[in-house]
Amino acid sequence: MPKIKLSDNTINIIKEVCAEFDNKESELINVLHKVQGKLGYLPAEVQEVIARELKTSVAKVYGVVTFYSFFTMIPKGEFPISICMGTACYVRGAEQVLSEFKRQLKVEVGESTSDGKFSLNCLRCVGACGLAPVVTVGEKVYGRVAPTQVKDIIAEYRNNVCDVARTA
Amino acid sequence: MDVINLTIDNKPVVVKKGTTILEAAKGIGVHVPTLCYMKLDDLNIENKPGGCRICVVEVQGRRNLAPACCTEVNEGMVVNTHSIRAINARRTVMELILSDHPTDCLICAKSGNCDLQSMAHKLGIRQIHYQGEQSHYRKDTSPSIIRDVDKCIMCRRCEMMCNEVQTVGVLSAINRGFNSVVSPAFEMNLDHSVCTYCGQCVAVCPTGALTEVDDTGKVVRLLSDPTKTVIVQTAPAVRAALGEEFDLEAGTLVTGKMVAALRRLGFDYVFDTDFAADLTIMEEGTELLNRLGRYLEGDKEVKLPILTSCCPAWVKFFEHQFPDMLDIPSTARSPQQMFGSIAKTYFAEKLGIKREDLVVVSIMPCVAKKYECQRDEFKVNKNPDVDYAITTRELAALIKISNINFNSLPSEDFDHPLGESTGAGVIFGTTGGVIEAAVRTAYELHTKKELPRLNFDELRGMDGIRKATIDFDGLPINIGIAHGLGNARKLLEEIQAGKSEFHAIEIMSCPGGCIGGGGQPYHHGNAEIIKKRQRAIYEEDSKKAIRKSHENPYIQKLYEEFLGHPLSEKSHHLLHTEYFDRT
Amino acid sequence: MTDYRMHLLICGGTGCKASESSEIKNQLDQYLSEYDLDQEVQVLLTGCFGFCEKGPIVKVLPDNTFYTEVKPSDAKDIVMEHIIKGRPVKRLLYKNPKNDYEVTTATNIDFYKKQIRIALRNCGFINPENIDEYIGRDGYAALGKCLTEMTPEEVIKEIKDSGLRGRGGGGFPTGLKWEITRNVQNDQKYVVCNADEGDPGAFMDRSILEGDPHTVIEAMIICGYCIGADTGLVYIRAEYPLAIERLKIAIGQAEEYGLLGNDILGTGFSFKIELRYGAGAFVCGEETALIHSMEGLRGEPTVKPPFPSVSGYNGKPTNVNNVETFANIPVIINKGANWFNKIGTEKSKGTKVFALAGKINNVGLIEVPMGTTLREVIYDIGGGIKDGKQFKSVQTGGPSGGCLTKKFLDTPIDYDNLVEAGSMMGSGGMIVMDEDDCMVSIARFYLEFTLEESCGKCNPCRIGNKRLHEILTRITEGNGTPEDIDRLRVLSEVIKDTSLCGLGQSSPNPVLSTLNNFMDEYLAHVNEGKCPAGQCKALVRYEINPELCTGCTLCFRNCPVGAITGERRVAHFIDQSLCIKCGVCFEKCKFNAISLT
Repeated sequence: MPKIKLSDNTINIIKEVCAEFDNKESELINVLHKVQGKLGYLPAEVQEVIARELKTSVAKVYGVVTFYSFFTMIPKGEFPISICMGTACYVRGAEQVLSEFKRQLKVEVGESTSDGKFSLNCLRCVGACGLAPVVTVGEKVYGRVAPTQVKDIIAEYRNNVCDVARTA
Repeated sequence: MDVINLTIDNKPVVVKKGTTILEAAKGIGVHVPTLCYMKLDDLNIENKPGGCRICVVEVQGRRNLAPACCTEVNEGMVVNTHSIRAINARRTVMELILSDHPTDCLICAKSGNCDLQSMAHKLGIRQIHYQGEQSHYRKDTSPSIIRDVDKCIMCRRCEMMCNEVQTVGVLSAINRGFNSVVSPAFEMNLDHSVCTYCGQCVAVCPTGALTEVDDTGKVVRLLSDPTKTVIVQTAPAVRAALGEEFDLEAGTLVTGKMVAALRRLGFDYVFDTDFAADLTIMEEGTELLNRLGRYLEGDKEVKLPILTSCCPAWVKFFEHQFPDMLDIPSTARSPQQMFGSIAKTYFAEKLGIKREDLVVVSIMPCVAKKYECQRDEFKVNKNPDVDYAITTRELAALIKISNINFNSLPSEDFDHPLGESTGAGVIFGTTGGVIEAAVRTAYELHTKKELPRLNFDELRGMDGIRKATIDFDGLPINIGIAHGLGNARKLLEEIQAGKSEFHAIEIMSCPGGCIGGGGQPYHHGNAEIIKKRQRAIYEEDSKKAIRKSHENPYIQKLYEEFLGHPLSEKSHHLLHTEYFDRT
Repeated sequence: MTDYRMHLLICGGTGCKASESSEIKNQLDQYLSEYDLDQEVQVLLTGCFGFCEKGPIVKVLPDNTFYTEVKPSDAKDIVMEHIIKGRPVKRLLYKNPKNDYEVTTATNIDFYKKQIRIALRNCGFINPENIDEYIGRDGYAALGKCLTEMTPEEVIKEIKDSGLRGRGGGGFPTGLKWEITRNVQNDQKYVVCNADEGDPGAFMDRSILEGDPHTVIEAMIICGYCIGADTGLVYIRAEYPLAIERLKIAIGQAEEYGLLGNDILGTGFSFKIELRYGAGAFVCGEETALIHSMEGLRGEPTVKPPFPSVSGYNGKPTNVNNVETFANIPVIINKGANWFNKIGTEKSKGTKVFALAGKINNVGLIEVPMGTTLREVIYDIGGGIKDGKQFKSVQTGGPSGGCLTKKFLDTPIDYDNLVEAGSMMGSGGMIVMDEDDCMVSIARFYLEFTLEESCGKCNPCRIGNKRLHEILTRITEGNGTPEDIDRLRVLSEVIKDTSLCGLGQSSPNPVLSTLNNFMDEYLAHVNEGKCPAGQCKALVRYEINPELCTGCTLCFRNCPVGAITGERRVAHFIDQSLCIKCGVCFEKCKFNAISLT
């Protein structure tokens, strides 16, 4: 894992979050949520700062980060694509949609494209089963997606600037 | 007191409320097999995550099988530990574990000592019906410990030891599901972590996932090198445990046989770390009196309490965790390093050979000693004072491959001059021993009077933290003792908060002290073994003709001929050290 | 809702929001203000109506007109026609598929006819961000009654008499749970609401929290009063931003009204509610795992006993109930145990919310009395199987449940009947499958889920499920053997029997139920190398029948991997070595020339 150096600003952000939760070890998950919300992901160096602030071991922090699928140590792509793999979506063909995304983006689940534009993930039931199979790009939800539409969805973002997915 | 009546394997049993099925069964001689479960009575150490599911038993009326280790008995409970359902389940679970385990038993470091292997044997596993993907991880080698996590069965014993007992916090379960494993953060190597190499993870690992670095090959090669003079030192705790490797009852003292075996292995001189322990007392005891004297004279600069410094894992622990307190522990080197330093100067001079041609091997109950002897400050021109530290277990292995019939060996004596020791040196091997040895000497040096007694029972025992006040002829000296780094942490935090009442504290990393070290024969969860070793140590002490370090004639001679006096400039140079901030 | 002449309720549930329901609201607001009607007509984003299949839904009050599949561009018509001219927009009304007649009001739609809404009573009727509307529908009346007229013992007795059982899956009697926690002596106790809904294909808790957050708050306060707790914690999935948002608003409002906080309603009873966030671990639905997660640890379950009621959060007595369970409480207090326990079956009282999904016409969230049959749910409420296909199986209980066949269609749904049939209630996912679904693949799908969600603490679940999944994969790839089928069964039984927590103990259910009910499909895979449903890619081939192929090139142009070759107007050919079996050609072909073998 390549070492990154955190800026003083980033370290201060982390410290502030920890302080907000009284630097209590039992608030670890809340701290991780908030820090990930601010920084986008939780690289090793960030976890080290959190461990220090909460006076716990970095192994424990890492153990928690790797336990919960919501936490990530890899920055997400500019446009994070998620395929719902809930049962309703599965029986309505989500797997075919997923494999089409994998094929077109040339990435596996959990990876980002080399240009950092897209990351691909699965999620479990967004609660839009009426629209199965469902794909989300950023906050935008696509319903009743067929494998043939995958190309168009990707194209929608490929030449786009970052802000679109975030605000959509 | 509430009692519970139940039936186990058709036998009626009456036990206290709150007893587990496992304990209740044990009471009537039914030994339900366990794997992840481990309980070290008296040391207050228990691991029962309920994860391995090997101890499952059938309980009448219950929907599923019950894990015996963590299911409390109920009134009228009917338990069958060997119903077909329980046996089949146990064997299937065992097959599952083995299906995710390398089958290189024949060449595994743990072969013959592996709880998993013996459980597979006990359960009569002859085939693994559920083959499939196996977990693969990078092998991690550090100066002391090898992690081969492919062999981890997630019993969580090491994790419990590292976090709850030692509070070192290097190991944690990581990931989830099939990918979960016990690892340092970010799967980094141990030598990048805050690991102290105390080796308690190794001591409790039921498989070959955690083992010590094997240096026996290097020692064998050196022994056959005619250009080298190879000498050996043996730590006090080794003689109280080595016999276990040769099927002797735990607590059998094998000092004489051990010396004989080492001589037959080809060591040119067989010396005793106990000698260096006596030397440590001279330096550390004088340092204590020195600090105490200045304190009593009103010197505000002086730091008290003084902490012992002979345990390398403890040293590494405070270097990582308490960098603001580096000036509190005694500056005295550990007995292993004092020995090496004296051997490669004083003794090499006596022999008239260069230090490069003298090889010092030490036999230690410890895996951290491997790391300690590699520390840069214990080298002169890159030549280490102690070349190799091998564990009690490695020594046993050396004896076995050399076709030595250990049990029929005669009893032999250590060589001189570095083989003579007192009872004070011997008790270094157990928790409380170092400070008792220090008291024996410090008292007489301070009061200039003879001690009225030699046994300080108030300093002995197995409680994790012990306190006692010793009357130095009108001067009350408050003494603290901690074994296990978690207990040490508590005393350190008291000091940090300015609340410590102690003048001197002895700290040992391993529960029980060196007798419970990470390099000792495996106790397989039986705390009784550690207690028996402790008894053996005190027995050896009581039999010694001289029981106070300052009365050791060879120590006196060493000061006369070479060092001058304790804390002399030469002593400082050869027998003392400094500590580093490792954060 | 007194100041306005009319209200337009728009479903703000996740499904409808995904279909631009917020934009519909914007458009409606715009047209209303254009015609100066914004003081007369209010537009509200409300909770899930349940009828997700036909979303987004717009409901007009007071006449109860129910518009389905509304698009932002329909806003103008709704305002111009319905609001101004007073006549419904016919094309947006629900059409009864049986006779094509338009149905104006929700109560006349088959989907709603057999439902009784207790937990979902307010969803789609109130603005979830306005406490007054909740109060307007008897909200916080139950709390007032409990605090001022009833002792905690009396409340617990009422809950016990109602026969309410936990809706999170286990079905433990709620009143009894409260009583046990009450009876444990401790100066600090906790009420925990489990809102870590993790079943793939279940979203009832989310809908309640999004559509009626106050009901959960009210019930938690009542629970705190009963067991002697002053703190409530909601453990909610971080993936539910809307639910979190609405819950926060609701907590703020309740505090403002003196219904939450110190000295509630002047009775001297104090209670506060805090949120804790889940982070994507299904196993945290298990109460001990949930508690460890709230303590900032890995969500690994621990052996019970001790139960949370004795030693839970921070080692203190803790009562854990799920969202739907809590949602029933105020109604039971208001209407009485005797009203509630008349609904349902002998051992399962009240109603159950199900997320009905899969190959069914009316996907949505439904609430039916216990004892309703699967047939009624699937055919009367669900409107039957999609595209006129054959019903094959219904899966209940999420990943821990089982797949039931035709022969169970007339089984009345309750906790015990479902278990007896080899499935379970679970949190209420109900997935319908048709003839195109391969049951071996379905079992494998669920195992994949458990495999990912297993915490890894105990061996049977950690390694056993991995092996089950490997065997199932082998079978779906055509490499299975008859011994594999035996191994599946033996291993499944052992995993059930030896796993530490409910996740592992129930994880083999999809395997066992498909083995029991669909053995012929397993045998076809293993013995004949065939997947009867045509789902297992390794076992199927797409081929072009040259007799039927017209050479239109449609398949050629759509094949994503270039596996199809052929000249225009000449029969095409699929290169099997390149074909990835995506089925696009099969779907595109207009001449039925492509067959699946």
